[in-house]
Amino acid sequence: MNKKTNRRKFIQQVGMATLGTIALSQIKPVSAFANSLDGEVLFTLDALPYEFKALEPHIDALTMEIHHDRHHRAYVDNLNKLCAKEGIQEKSIEVILSKVGSYSAGVKNNAGGHYNHSLFWKMMKANGGGLPTGAANDAINASFGTFDQFKTKFIEASKSRFGSGWAWLVAKDGKLNIGSTANQENPLMDISELKGTPVLCLDVWEHAYYLKYQNKRADYIDAWFNTINWDTVNAQLKLAK
Amino acid sequence: MSFTLPALTYAFDALEPHIDAKTMEIHHGKHHQAYVTNLNNAIAGTDAEKLSIEDICKNISKYPMPVRNNGGGHYNHSLFWTLLSPNGGGLPTGPLAAAIDEAFGNFEEFKTKFNQAAATRFGSGWAWLIKNASGKLEICSTPNQDNPLMDIAEVKGFPIIGLDVWEHAYYLHYQNRRPDYCTAWWNVVNWEEAAKRFAM
Repeated sequence: MNKKTNRRKFIQQVGMATLGTIALSQIKPVSAFANSLDGEVLFTLDALPYEFKALEPHIDALTMEIHHDRHHRAYVDNLNKLCAKEGIQEKSIEVILSKVGSYSAGVKNNAGGHYNHSLFWKMMKANGGGLPTGAANDAINASFGTFDQFKTKFIEASKSRFGSGWAWLVAKDGKLNIGSTANQENPLMDISELKGTPVLCLDVWEHAYYLKYQNKRADYIDAWFNTINWDTVNAQLKLAK
Repeated sequence: MSFTLPALTYAFDALEPHIDAKTMEIHHGKHHQAYVTNLNNAIAGTDAEKLSIEDICKNISKYPMPVRNNGGGHYNHSLFWTLLSPNGGGLPTGPLAAAIDEAFGNFEEFKTKFNQAAATRFGSGWAWLIKNASGKLEICSTPNQDNPLMDIAEVKGFPIIGLDVWEHAYYLHYQNRRPDYCTAWWNVVNWEEAAKRFAM
């Protein structure tokens, strides 16, 4: 709150100094910067629900810090700038995703980046992993036979996504499916081939694992299974109903 | 015929401090090697075994995705290594320099536009300076391991220089700061090799 007020004050002061006696309200917005003067910041970066080092040794602290504080923050900042520039006032990220095909590529990339990472952080916890619990366990067994068969398929989807992207477990029409999306696309997007409510997701951009695993994406995927927060998977399953 | 990993003509640490030795070692020995291995597996027993990598790229729409991904990966990286040099950087000379001025105004404007292409390629991919069908220079970028030789490329032409902007090309040293990597890369561009390609 404070930061925003200060920023606004700063922008106004700079604005007044530059514009002389002309009132700010008389100026037609000519840039993203000017436009954002009057718009609220729509999206914010939430703090991680655990420490950067909480997922060690599976995911290292430095990766978590850069991934959250730099990569995710950039998606949030860019999304806010683009919303201001393009006159988007929609506050629900899900609604934006559901009609993302009608926005610019920049909105698609950064709205996806913001949604995907927000969900991803919640999909992990310290001392996670193990076997799915409750409804997740039932749904996985019903759709894939056994947990191991599910795991094999999910690993395959994560490994075979060429370049940057995400692997997903989605719920649709009472069934679970596994698939992957390119870059920051996701199954909530109107333009996505894979559709459904995200139940579990794994970031396979190189930035998610390169500092510790380099070219060994498969090792990262294996290790990541030890961090899964099955409570979040169950919460997402409830949303799908 | 199967494809092989070309040796680097300089040491892994030769491009320091701009590109670090560990990145070069993994990039060449692991990533590029994997593209070569996977390409050979993907074309084993097919007619593509008799073709050059350039000819495969030019008709890439006729092949399955593993050939496109790994064939592109092999071509792009083979080219990338030759366009880097410990004695690189500075300014292009001769006909290439003249063509850059003609196409972009001057070298600085060219550099700005190329950096822009490299920075705005979202996700994994490459930025390129190409010579198009009418012999003019153009800047473009491609996703993943696609390249401008491929018949499926949006902008087609003969690559003069290429910059790898996959995160694996810079993450160990630059992490999320892709623009810093691009800025540093200009110090190791092999303009002599680029000039040779332009003359082809």
